[in-house]
Amino acid sequence: MKLKTTEGGAIGKKASRALGAFALAALFFFAAGCTPNDPYRDSERGRNIFYTTFLEPPKHLDPARAYSSDEYDFLAQVYEPPLQYHYLKRPYTLMPLTVEEVPQPVYYGRDGKKLPESAPAKEVDRAVYELRVKKGVMYQDHPAFARDKNGSPLYSAVNPREAKNIQTLDDLPVKGTRELTADDFIYEIMRLADPQVESPVLSILEKYILGLKEYSEALRADLDDIRAERRKAAGFSYNQTEDEKSNPITLDYRKHPFPGVEKVDSHTFRVILKTKYPQFVYWLAMPFFAPVPKEAADFYNQGALAERNITLDRYPVGTGPYMMETFNPNMEIALAKNRNYHYEAYPDEGEDGDAQRGLFKYAGQRLPFIEKMVFKLEKEAIPRWNKFLQGYYDNSGITSDSFDQAVSMTTAGRPELTDEMKERGMSLLTSVRSSSYYSGFNMLDDVVGGYSPEKQKLRQAISIALDYEEFIEIFQNGRGLSAMSPLPPGIFGYKEGAGGINPLVYDWDAVRNRPARKSIEEAKKLLAEAGYPGGRDKAGRPLVITFDNPWTGADSAPMINWYIKKFALLGIQLENRTTDYNRFQEKMFKGNFQFFSWGWNADYPDPENFFFLLAGSNSKVKYQGENAANYSNPEFDRLFKTMENMENGPERQAVIDEMTTIVRSDAPWIFGYHPVAFTLFHGWVENVKPNAMANNTMKYIKIDAEKRQYLRDEWNEPRLWPVVAVIALLVIGSLPAIITMRRKRGLSKRR
Amino acid sequence: MLAYIIRRILYAIPIVVGVNVLTALLFFYINTPDDMARKILGEKNVTPAAIENWKRDHGYNLPSFVNTKEEGLKKVTETVFFQKSLPLLWFDFGRSDRNNIDIGHEIRTRMWASLAISVPMFMAGLVLSLFFAMILAYYRATYIDIWGIVLAVIVMSISTLFYIIGGQYVLGKLLRLFPVSGYDTGLYAAKFIVLPVVIGIAASIGVGVRFYRTVFLEEINKDYVRTARAKGLTEGRVLFKHALKNAMIPVLTNVVVSIPFLFYGSLIMETFFAIPGLGNFTIEAIQSQDFAIVRSMVYLGSILYIIGLILTDISYTLVDPRIRFE
Repeated sequence: MKLKTTEGGAIGKKASRALGAFALAALFFFAAGCTPNDPYRDSERGRNIFYTTFLEPPKHLDPARAYSSDEYDFLAQVYEPPLQYHYLKRPYTLMPLTVEEVPQPVYYGRDGKKLPESAPAKEVDRAVYELRVKKGVMYQDHPAFARDKNGSPLYSAVNPREAKNIQTLDDLPVKGTRELTADDFIYEIMRLADPQVESPVLSILEKYILGLKEYSEALRADLDDIRAERRKAAGFSYNQTEDEKSNPITLDYRKHPFPGVEKVDSHTFRVILKTKYPQFVYWLAMPFFAPVPKEAADFYNQGALAERNITLDRYPVGTGPYMMETFNPNMEIALAKNRNYHYEAYPDEGEDGDAQRGLFKYAGQRLPFIEKMVFKLEKEAIPRWNKFLQGYYDNSGITSDSFDQAVSMTTAGRPELTDEMKERGMSLLTSVRSSSYYSGFNMLDDVVGGYSPEKQKLRQAISIALDYEEFIEIFQNGRGLSAMSPLPPGIFGYKEGAGGINPLVYDWDAVRNRPARKSIEEAKKLLAEAGYPGGRDKAGRPLVITFDNPWTGADSAPMINWYIKKFALLGIQLENRTTDYNRFQEKMFKGNFQFFSWGWNADYPDPENFFFLLAGSNSKVKYQGENAANYSNPEFDRLFKTMENMENGPERQAVIDEMTTIVRSDAPWIFGYHPVAFTLFHGWVENVKPNAMANNTMKYIKIDAEKRQYLRDEWNEPRLWPVVAVIALLVIGSLPAIITMRRKRGLSKRR
Repeated sequence: MLAYIIRRILYAIPIVVGVNVLTALLFFYINTPDDMARKILGEKNVTPAAIENWKRDHGYNLPSFVNTKEEGLKKVTETVFFQKSLPLLWFDFGRSDRNNIDIGHEIRTRMWASLAISVPMFMAGLVLSLFFAMILAYYRATYIDIWGIVLAVIVMSISTLFYIIGGQYVLGKLLRLFPVSGYDTGLYAAKFIVLPVVIGIAASIGVGVRFYRTVFLEEINKDYVRTARAKGLTEGRVLFKHALKNAMIPVLTNVVVSIPFLFYGSLIMETFFAIPGLGNFTIEAIQSQDFAIVRSMVYLGSILYIIGLILTDISYTLVDPRIRFE
């Protein structure tokens, strides 16, 4: 008896002591931290910082090179091109940013005489855009501008030993700034031609900017010559990568003439195009034309810094409202307010309804409102969503997994926040993106291509059978708008309502006031007229069409099955040929496909940026362009040539209508859908309005940091008792065995 | 011993060269330089001329292994394999194909985040596995042992992903005890380490406990244990002092070879917890077809594996005096 009491009592005491110590430690730990799940430092509590996420590290932050929306999220806050889109006005309107006004082109004929604005494109020999740079715009503070006593750059020759102590730009203590000038814009346009920069838009701009092609070829030749010399000097031990790593090549941009840009004075420059191209002004709102100071390029072009991964491609230098504070693309990117930012006020005009939405509350106030923006890398949707619900991120997209938790559809099909989200004071913003997703046929293919009435009917029949409304419901949670033409809403030429439907695929349901897809019977009838009754040819063989796609994600199999089932409704066999993206691209370039599915995001809000995807001169097989269907209709091409040089107005609308009719009839594409973006914001975020074209919108956003901190603390109070309960349960559950063992050992010892 | 180590290192040279050749062969078989260029240049405006320029600027315009157009030594040196893989031998990893970053610098920076998670996970996991294995061995044939084994089997049968998502949900979201994900530098990293470490241990402890329990039970039935007990030593002393020491050979075989790989990080754990380690780095490189990084990481992996094997051999001599290098 004595043994049992002693052993059991001792263990019980030990266990209770351990539990007590654990509880005390936990109490101390959690009392000290308040919200132990807070992922931010205490020093950030209650500060005017905007927290959001990014899904993938940006590949490039060099404005001449970056070309994806996730890179623009950072870039557009730092660099300022000449123009920007008005934040609130719709349709999208260009306005000056770093220049005095939106430039108007001046056209000249071959004889050098000035032409009127309405001059036809074929008469225009030169289009001159003169840009007057705003005075007094200063760059952010940066070591590239730091000067020594003699006025020479302070950090122009960082040696490898010094560079060892440099982890970030903050390790270079002296910083400077200077005023923005026309030279910086000219320098950036020249950089587009530098083969080392690898600008993705060079091949496009070469078609328009006078002498750009020749200039880029000259720079390419210079680069090859320098490499050849170095190769010769080093002999067989030459290693291009190794050599340029420690000794980067700097090309002399002034060595060759470049008639496409002209400096007028310190704050005025001209861009000269060799053709009429009214869409050029939209390019002036893209980062490719943002000014880059030569000092910055020279500063970063030092081998010792590049070895520390300190490059212009990672540490931008701009005049924008924010500047790079932390660049750790694997964890966090932080942008801090640029103290040198020029004056810019929150807009006081917009579109109807903006006032009701409280978007003019801060009209006229100086931008930006937020002190710092922190972007956290969150690749996985679940932790990202959970942290948003905890209040640690200020905004969030909605994935399919969390859609039902966040949004419910009303009986009228309108999205609405769920009660849980409403209770948290969230707001839902939806906007149709300027994108088109479509399926296409290879017009060069013998079976599905061609322009005869039979071939048109075959493609029209399939267009009816592919019920994209169902696709949107199943795969997009209803977040999409059926496409009636290549143009998405918000782009000039897009038509709403009965007048905008594709009459070959839809009828107008006047009762429900919406388009109604034609019946499958009508599709079957068209297919029979095309020579494939019941999906079989005259010899009774089934019509087999191959479907090329690069879909390998989780949703791929059901999506492919959906396509197969829809084709099967017409008796057509769809043979799936999924490959990786590279093989898919290769097939597209070679024209080795019949049916495919793809999409396009607008570069700028002009119909030309969508219709060019169907222009014969852009055929992928013949000209390596973006016309993946290889569609080529002379009448359509003629109209395209006319339309691309027209100003928006009734005449242009008439041409667009004509083009739309042709492309609907030929049906090289099955117009799929325009995705609708759903974004959630917490109640403490103000001034939010979706803008599909502008990327520099962070400067308009305002947050109530105090309210956020209060709610974060309330939502994240720790719950400790379940942990204590589980540990207690385990200890209590083990006690009988421990006691029995102890007794057994004790008895055996006594024996 | 020194002679043995030198011999092993010399044996390793053809292995690492072979690994490099195989990596290059496999990579170029699946993925041509054209494919790499296409993937890296993006989706818009990728013309054949742009692809050719990219290859030229990144040194992929050369033949893979033999350059028939050149004479003499240049037949070998003017190849992608020689230009890209040779500097690896002196740990010069070069630059990333995708965004031109210095790979060596990136590895040196990222390895600390991987180590911050993997070292405590490994050490605590090992200690706990050994501890619980010994507890089960101590309480063998009681309900603690039986239910312990059942629990270990259940624990090891569940996918790691379940632990991660479940752990983030229960400990991060419901109980609000830890940040759901994230990372920070310096001492601030501490609060982000606990949850992945706890989850990592939970996911791996089942396998460890079962394996070490078997090892201990084997030792417990040996004569020297009976002698120790006959001398009147307590069961705890018998287990923790005598049996544990003698069970070290199988334990070391399992453990030492894993040590060098700790800095490689955990692919899945780092992705879900947004930890900027080398696991994430490798996954990103594979996804973006960045051959330069893949090549470097594979090379590093082969070196680490060889180091692990040599360390295992050395550790045998430390725990078992009967083992000598010949």
